[in-house]
Amino acid sequence: MKIQFNINGKAVSVDEDARTPLLWVVRDVLDLKGTKFGCGKAACGACTLHVNGEAVRSCSFPVEYAEGKEITTIEGLAKGDQLHPVQQAWMEEIVPQCGYCQPGFMMSTAALLDKIPNPTDQDIDDNIANICRCGTYYRMRKAIHRAAEIKNTPS
Amino acid sequence: MKKVSRRRFLVSTGVGGGVVLGAMYFGGCGIVKRKIAGYANTAESPYLGNTKTPLIWFEVMPNNQIIFSSSKVEMGQGVFTGLAQIAADELDVEMGQMEVRHAPSQTGNVDRFATGGSTSINSLWTPLRELAATMREMIKNHGAELMNVSVDKLSTNKGIVSGENQSMTYGDIASKVSEWKVPSTPSLRNIDQYKHIGKPIVRVDLEDKVKGAHIFGMDAVMPDMLFGSVVRSERVGAKYVDADISEAEKMPGVVKIVKEPDFVGVIATSYNAANNAKHKIKAQWDVDKVWQSSEIESMIEVGKGKPVVIQKNGQPNRFLGEQDEFISSEYRSPIGAHAQLEPNGAVAHVKDGKATIMMSTQVIKLTAGEVADRLGIKEKNVNIIPTFLGGGFGRRLHTPNAMEAAVMSRAVGRPVKCFFTRQEEFQNDYFRPPTHHILKAKLSAEGIIEALEHNVSSGDVMYGSPLVPNFAQPLIGSDIGAWRGGMVQYGAIPNYQAISWRVKLPFATSWWRSLGLLANTFAIESFMDELAILANANPADFRLRHIQKDKAGDRLKKVIEAAVEKSGYRDELLSNGRAMGIAASTDVNTPVCHVAEVSVENEQIKVHKVTCAIDVGLAINPDQIRAQCEGSIVMGISAAMYEEMKVVDSVLRPTIYGPYKMALMKDAPKEIEVVILENDEEPGGVGEPPLGPIGAAIANAAFRITGKRNRTMPLQT
Ligand code: FES
Ligand code: FES
Repeated sequence: MKIQFNINGKAVSVDEDARTPLLWVVRDVLDLKGTKFGCGKAACGACTLHVNGEAVRSCSFPVEYAEGKEITTIEGLAKGDQLHPVQQAWMEEIVPQCGYCQPGFMMSTAALLDKIPNPTDQDIDDNIANICRCGTYYRMRKAIHRAAEIKNTPS
Repeated sequence: MKKVSRRRFLVSTGVGGGVVLGAMYFGGCGIVKRKIAGYANTAESPYLGNTKTPLIWFEVMPNNQIIFSSSKVEMGQGVFTGLAQIAADELDVEMGQMEVRHAPSQTGNVDRFATGGSTSINSLWTPLRELAATMREMIKNHGAELMNVSVDKLSTNKGIVSGENQSMTYGDIASKVSEWKVPSTPSLRNIDQYKHIGKPIVRVDLEDKVKGAHIFGMDAVMPDMLFGSVVRSERVGAKYVDADISEAEKMPGVVKIVKEPDFVGVIATSYNAANNAKHKIKAQWDVDKVWQSSEIESMIEVGKGKPVVIQKNGQPNRFLGEQDEFISSEYRSPIGAHAQLEPNGAVAHVKDGKATIMMSTQVIKLTAGEVADRLGIKEKNVNIIPTFLGGGFGRRLHTPNAMEAAVMSRAVGRPVKCFFTRQEEFQNDYFRPPTHHILKAKLSAEGIIEALEHNVSSGDVMYGSPLVPNFAQPLIGSDIGAWRGGMVQYGAIPNYQAISWRVKLPFATSWWRSLGLLANTFAIESFMDELAILANANPADFRLRHIQKDKAGDRLKKVIEAAVEKSGYRDELLSNGRAMGIAASTDVNTPVCHVAEVSVENEQIKVHKVTCAIDVGLAINPDQIRAQCEGSIVMGISAAMYEEMKVVDSVLRPTIYGPYKMALMKDAPKEIEVVILENDEEPGGVGEPPLGPIGAAIANAAFRITGKRNRTMPLQT
C-alpha cells in the first residue's frame, strides 16, 4: 500500500506491505542507515527513532502507522550544522565506542529531555532501557545530564 | 627495544595521486607456537605482516592530508585513534591531517592474524613509528633537494618542511617527486618529544559516530543488491541433510533458493521477503542426541578430560596430596554469549571469478581465505573491505557468513547481503565456554600461603578457532585461551601450580573478550579472599604479602596500592550498609586492581562504584584507556552478575535480549574511577585486562554483607 509521511522534514511516499517494520523502510528504501537493527523484537533500542516526537522502536512499528506522521531519525536530529544538545553532550563526554547502539540512545535521550527537561538519575534509569554492549552507560549518564544543561541554557 | 623483522620499503603513486609508503616484511613470524602463545598470553606477539606483497601504510595527498591504512579494525576500542597518534608523532603532522581507513585485503596492509587479544597497540608500537619516521625523513630529504637547501638546515612540523626561509608542505613535495629514494630508518623520538602520544586526543571517529554517519557491515550496500538469508537449525550438533523448498519458492519477492551440500538459503528482493520465505523452507537435519544443560555441566568438571600442568613452582604436591589437610573450594561459570549489538553479516559480490565482500570482521585474512577456498578461486581475487564493527569481543574471529554470502551471490550474479537475525545470533554463537574450578591451599599458622593450586576445566577457546589449525594444537600443548588468567600471579608463594583440563563440548565455544580471564580470575581472586579471611588478614595486605620482588610483582603491588588508596578500601561493613571488595589480575602484561563498592537489598546486589587502577606501561591515550576500563567493567558486571545461556532439549537459550539478562543503564555503577599508572614499559593492552577482576571484586564485597560466599557466576540469578 501507499504510505505518506514526513521524514526529517521531508515528505516521502512509499509503496510497501503495510506490516513491514518502519525500520526496514527507513534503512533500505529511504537509505537512512543511522537507525540500526539490533534485534527486531523491540528488545534493544538500537532502532529507536521519533514518531511525532515520541521515541519508538521502529523494528516493531508497522510502516502503515507512520501514515501522516512526522518521523525523525538520527540524521535529522541536528538542525543543519547545529548539533542537537544531546549530540553536543555526547561529543563533550566522548561517549561512543563501537557506536552501533548510540543513535538509538541519542534518540531515546532526546525524547526523554522533551518530556523531562531535568531528569534525575532515577528518571534516566527508568526511561533509558536500551542496550550498549560496549558498556558506555557511565559516560552516557554524564552526557544525559550535560545535554539537559545545554538544552536548558538560553543561547 | 623489541626486535622486529627486517623490512624493505616500497614507494609508488597512490590511487588518489598521493605518494604511498609501503613495506615488506621478512621472517620474524616464528613458529606457530610462538605466534599463538604470544597472541594469547603475553604482549609479545610480533607484528604478523604479509610476507610476500608490500603493505600500504601511508599515502600523502596533495592537500597535505595523510591517509593511514590501518591493519587493525576499529570495533570501539579506539585503535584508529591510538595508531594515528603514534604515526602522527613520528610523521610530524597534526592529528587533523590524519585520515584513518580500514585497509582492504587486496591493496592494503592486511594483518595476517587478527584484531584481538589486546595486542594491537603493543604489536605496532615499534614498526609503526619506524615506518612513520622513515616516511618523514624521506619527504624531508626530497624537500631539501627541491628547495636546494642542505637537509640538516631543515626541520619538520605540522606536515611542513622548512628552513632557510623556505618551506614546502609534505603534499607539495610528494606531488613534485617522481623517483623516491628511501633512507634508512632514523632513530626514533624520545617519549618526552611526543606531542600526540600520551594526550587524551578525541577519538577520530567521534563526530561521525555522533551523527550516525559511520558505516558498519550491516549498513554496507552495493548497487543492484539482493537480500539473502540462510536456514539454520536451532539445535546443537544438527547437520543439514536436505530441504523442501516448494512452498518457499512461491513466496513474494523470492529470486532464488540456493541449495548447497551444507546449507540452504533464500535470495529475495528485500530483507523481509527473504526472511519470510526462509520460514517456509522445510529443512531436514540429522541430530544424533538431545542435550541438556545438566549434561554439559557434568562434562565440565575438573578431573574429567586431559590435564596439562601450565604452571608450577616448588612442590605443591607435597602439601596438597590426598592425605594432606588443606583448604579447598569449587567455582563455576556459565555459558556466555557475545551479544554484540551488530548482528553478523556480509555483502558479497561474486563475478567473473572475483569476490568483493564488505563486512565487519576481526580476521580479514582468514575471511578472504575461507571465501577463496569455498569458491575455488585464488585468495588474491577476494577483496575483503572491512567496515566499522558494531562490537567485536571475539565474535568476529569466526566469519563463515562471508562464505555464505559469496556462494549466494555467485548463484545470482548480483550482490547479496546476508545477516543473522538476533535469534540466530544467539543460537549460532561461538560461546564463552562454561568452566569449573577447584582451588586448594595450605595456609601456615602465620597466615602465609604455603601452597596453592588452581585447576580449571573449560570448553575450548583457542582450540575452537580456525585461527589455530588442528596440527598446531600439539605444538601449543594446551588451550592457552581457556586458561588465560588462570596462572597464579603471587610469585612469593613457595609452592604453586595451575592445571588446565580440556573438554570438548557439543556446541561451538571460542574467543569471548578476555577469554578465560574473567572466569579464572573470579575463581582465584574469590579464593584469595576466602584465604585472607581464614588468615584473619586484610585482603589487600594479604595479597601484597604474597607478591614476589621483581618487575611484574612491583607493578602488581602498585596497582593494588593505588586502588586501595583511591577507593579508601576498608575490610568492614560501611556505615551506609555497603561493603567493598578487592580483586586483581595480570593479563597481557597489564596488571589491574578493582575495588567494587556494593549494597545488597532483597538479595539484589547493586554495584555503586568501581575504582580501577591499571598499569598500562606507556599510556598512548588516557581518555580511551579510561573508556576501555569503564566498558570492561560494565561488560564484566553484566557477565558476572546476569548472563547465562542454557541448553534445553538441545536448544541454546534464551535467544533475545531481556530474557538473556544483561546490564542496563540502571545496573551500571554511577561512579567509576580509573587510576592510570604509567612507567617506561612499552604500551600494553587495555581492551581486556580490566574485565579480569570484576566478578571477584563484586562477590568479595557481597560476602561482607551477606556472609554467604557465592562461588557461581552469574552471581545474581
Ligand atoms: S532492533 Fe528494534 S529494539 Fe532492537
Ligand atoms: S557503543 Fe558499542 S554497543 Fe554501545
